[in-house]
Amino acid sequence: MATSATIHSHAPQGFIRKYIFSLDHKVIGLQYYFLALVAVFVGMFLSILMRVHMIWPTAVLPLVGEIKPETYLSLLTMHGTIMVFFVLTTAPQGGFGNYFLPIQIGAPDMAFPVLNMLSFWTTFVAFVVILAAFFVTGGAPLHGWTGYAPLSALTNSGPGEQLGADLWITSIAIFCIASLMGALNFITTTLDLRAKGMTMMRMPLTVWAWFVTAILGLLAFGVLLSAGILLLLDRNLGTSFYVPLVVVNGQVMGHKGGSPLLWQHLFWFFGHPEVYIAILPGMGVASQLLSTFSRKPIFGYKAMVYAIMAIGFLGFMVWGHHMFMSGMSPYTAFAFSLMTMAIGVPSAIKTFNWLGTIHGGRVRFQTPMLFAIGFVSLFVSGGLSGPFLAQPVLDIPLHDTAFVVGHFHLIMGVAAIFGMFAGTYYWFPKMFGRMMNETWGRVHFVITLIGTYCIFMPMHYLGMAGQPRRYSQFTELAYLHPLIPLNTFITYAAIITVTAQFIFVINLFWSLFQGPKASDNPWESTTLEWTTATPPPHDNFGGHTPVVHHGPYEYSVPGAPRDYVMQTDPATVASH
Amino acid sequence: MGLALLAIIWLITFVSTYFFAAKTWWLPHGASTSTPWIDHQFALTYLLMGIVFVAAQGALGLFVWQYRDRGTATKVTYSHGNTTMEAVWTALTAILFIGLNLMGSPIWAAERFAPADPGSVPVEVTGMQFAWYFRYPGLDGKFGRTDPKLMDPSAGNEAALGLDTSDPAAKDDVVTGTMYLPVNRQVNLTLRAVDVIHSFFVPQMRFKQDAVPGLAIHMHFTPTEVGEYEIACAELCGLGHYKMHGMVHVVSQEDFDKWLATREAEKQ
Amino acid sequence: MATFSSPVSLEVPKTGQGGGGRRPPAYGGGGDGPGDGSPDYGQRLRRLRLGLAIGLASVTMIFVSLTSAYVVRRGLPTLDERTNTYVRDWIPVNLPVTLLLINTALLLVSSITAELARRQITRQAALAPVRSIPGVSLGNDNGFPWLGITVVLGGGFLTGQWMAWRELADRGFYLATSASSSFVYLLTAAHAVHLAGGILVLLYAATVSLLHKPVEARRVVVDVTAWYWHFMFLLWLYIFGLVWFIR
Repeated sequence: MATSATIHSHAPQGFIRKYIFSLDHKVIGLQYYFLALVAVFVGMFLSILMRVHMIWPTAVLPLVGEIKPETYLSLLTMHGTIMVFFVLTTAPQGGFGNYFLPIQIGAPDMAFPVLNMLSFWTTFVAFVVILAAFFVTGGAPLHGWTGYAPLSALTNSGPGEQLGADLWITSIAIFCIASLMGALNFITTTLDLRAKGMTMMRMPLTVWAWFVTAILGLLAFGVLLSAGILLLLDRNLGTSFYVPLVVVNGQVMGHKGGSPLLWQHLFWFFGHPEVYIAILPGMGVASQLLSTFSRKPIFGYKAMVYAIMAIGFLGFMVWGHHMFMSGMSPYTAFAFSLMTMAIGVPSAIKTFNWLGTIHGGRVRFQTPMLFAIGFVSLFVSGGLSGPFLAQPVLDIPLHDTAFVVGHFHLIMGVAAIFGMFAGTYYWFPKMFGRMMNETWGRVHFVITLIGTYCIFMPMHYLGMAGQPRRYSQFTELAYLHPLIPLNTFITYAAIITVTAQFIFVINLFWSLFQGPKASDNPWESTTLEWTTATPPPHDNFGGHTPVVHHGPYEYSVPGAPRDYVMQTDPATVASH
Repeated sequence: MGLALLAIIWLITFVSTYFFAAKTWWLPHGASTSTPWIDHQFALTYLLMGIVFVAAQGALGLFVWQYRDRGTATKVTYSHGNTTMEAVWTALTAILFIGLNLMGSPIWAAERFAPADPGSVPVEVTGMQFAWYFRYPGLDGKFGRTDPKLMDPSAGNEAALGLDTSDPAAKDDVVTGTMYLPVNRQVNLTLRAVDVIHSFFVPQMRFKQDAVPGLAIHMHFTPTEVGEYEIACAELCGLGHYKMHGMVHVVSQEDFDKWLATREAEKQ
Repeated sequence: MATFSSPVSLEVPKTGQGGGGRRPPAYGGGGDGPGDGSPDYGQRLRRLRLGLAIGLASVTMIFVSLTSAYVVRRGLPTLDERTNTYVRDWIPVNLPVTLLLINTALLLVSSITAELARRQITRQAALAPVRSIPGVSLGNDNGFPWLGITVVLGGGFLTGQWMAWRELADRGFYLATSASSSFVYLLTAAHAVHLAGGILVLLYAATVSLLHKPVEARRVVVDVTAWYWHFMFLLWLYIFGLVWFIR
């Protein structure tokens, strides 16, 4: 531990030090990535069970049996929690960020390799704890990933709200600590380990995204930790932070004077930055790939950087837009609503700039680019339903309906995932020295793009028609009956789309062993990771310290010998 | 591949826009005074966002095809951007978004900033796992005391709310499982919850408000058409969330008076 | 269909040729190191201090959120279910102020001793190169055990906090007695947990001394831990001030 700031120059020997408790950011990045891969399949499986129950509530399924309404709700809770934390907060940042941030800034490793290793294994423990919730008496909690009190604070408010809920909170608390450790590492690394010539304004947009995401995490996860501790105290030690005097099933509970809104404020103060944590890395990847595969510098690099910063900053000021209907003061709601419209502006800037990058370019359609283009389309679609929800008066009919579900799934559940797919197809050759199969990549892309639109675009229609969220079935309210056919369509689309993801997984694992060998820079990309050997050696640059002379996206520079200038190319090579 | 992408993106855009424009699934028919205002703001947002949606997706599809790599014939315009354009579209976006928001604000203010009218019908709405109860103050016009210790949902409506019959003001309170309202008169709602957060959502009244334990939230709306309207719970409240529903019967003032009088007579 | 050029076969300039080629090992950041392969302790110190500052931002956010909850709850009227009116139900906690002041004094002194330990080892680290010159003797460098004293004082603080909790209980304020008491226990316990972590690191630093690691390496650990310790003292002042003046 005395050498925690030492960058090891000797590669570790032995299986345990090399693959299990590795201090190498590249191994740790892959560990995060594969953890997220397992988590996403668990999450998708849960969502299929949910969708099947919604359409066929009385069906008895193989292996799983009959899904009762409370089981549906615990599937829903765990789906949301696992996806948001163990996929969206893990793969883009912990996975790709860990692997490529040091290399892209010219560093041999993260600032604190031991802390890095600990943050992965803490995340792993958190994952085990949350999965355990399925197997305890009462099962997993049913209070939704948002865990509103008093539903989540009372042990008798429903099945799963005893040990299952305690495990859920504990898992999240452990995850908070893991994330804080990771955030610390990312920020210190970005500030202190950049190679000579790698100024902040020469960093790739992926690095900017990981950096700002880490700052968001640093400031937000502590608040979630506080919220979770208060919830554990209310549930187990009789305090009343969140619970006023309540009567459950005729039984007066022992709480008094607590405020359910306190949970919402604390949770969403974390929760809103969290969704930007989920999307910013994908935006960074999209920027990188659109530039690379259009053979053109990113349109408005500075504006993109300022937009990332603005999104991060404003992201802390809008949490109340989740609470317009909550009983919060309408004046406060107005203030939050203005801030929320404001945050749409930097997002729009980024979208214009992505379009501006493609415009006038020379577009190549390899699979990474397909997913980057898909990202832009999905971000536009998902983002434009935001201005509806941002207006409190329109939130009246739309809050807690399928409209919201469509909105956040298009952005988090699809666009962010497209960012991960794009990153995988793009960086696979560098990480593993082989290419993934292009044809199957294309098939995966087309089915997934069309499939996810078929799943989530109709949810906007359903929300406008008044279909509430988190309903396990639509049999009880007459006005919901006509919406069942569209819900059925969504279920079939979901089954097909989830099945298609096996194409990706098979491609991934097959290519690991049988894919055609890759060169060091198959995409003719300019950033530092493409200057290393493939895969990169233990200290990334083989004993050399890279020196940077150019910005990150110098493509098609007039007068240059070829259509890309590596960041480390000599200063005499033309660039602006 | 560029052409395929253009086709897919434009097709998705066209199909989505078609169903939005055709209003195949749409806001239910509204029957309250806030309906025209909310629906108008909705339509405006809809139109503007729809234009942006079609333009952005259209441009994306077009560009990926138009600027595809066609071999040595393709020339790339090397550029780091255009600050003037950045400034212009940033300003336009800001004006659009913030303008939309400010246009909707007076409606929000009218709905939420002002208290109920003096002549409104007072009704207390209480949510509990998994039913709605409606309390009318009776002839004395006052809501009587309730006591959590007296709550017993299995013993009828009054007992579900824990009505404390030792309080004279409580004796004449009418508690029902169905809500009756007179048409064209504002209702002065007090929203309560007994156990967890619920949400009182009447889609056709364009009305939604969370019912929070520990709070008594005052809201109002005015129904404008006689009819029967479903109430859905719009905040996850436990395993019965999907079936926690009720009905609002909007009737003429006469019918309402008759109904209430009958209920009040039962209490004597 | 766009043609994709085959994997790069052009002359690609080797990396690192643009700048002056420095000898390995590469310790990222390109800072000025001794250049002889030994670790750059100056850089490590800077980096750890930076990491600490960043980490303390997240600790701050925990206490900011608890403060916000505290202040809002204190002013929040709650609904009396029976009368349908809002009442204030905040009961100020009867704090054992004398005991808490003693604990504060203990922590203040421990901060002083921690700082003395930090300066002592800084001096020792500065003199280490001189010591390595053959024939030079600077005498015995076993300094006063400031670090050990800090650990003892820190333990004393924690013991005093435990006694304060017992006193609170005797006065009828348990964790769940009232919102105010819940917050008092929570805030002080959260601080105590972080302080205990600091004690563990101090113990580690003290052990590191015994294991004869290079003094420069020990200095880095002690330095960063001492700064953390000062922060814990200031945090305690803040918490004490909060629950006393805003009660």
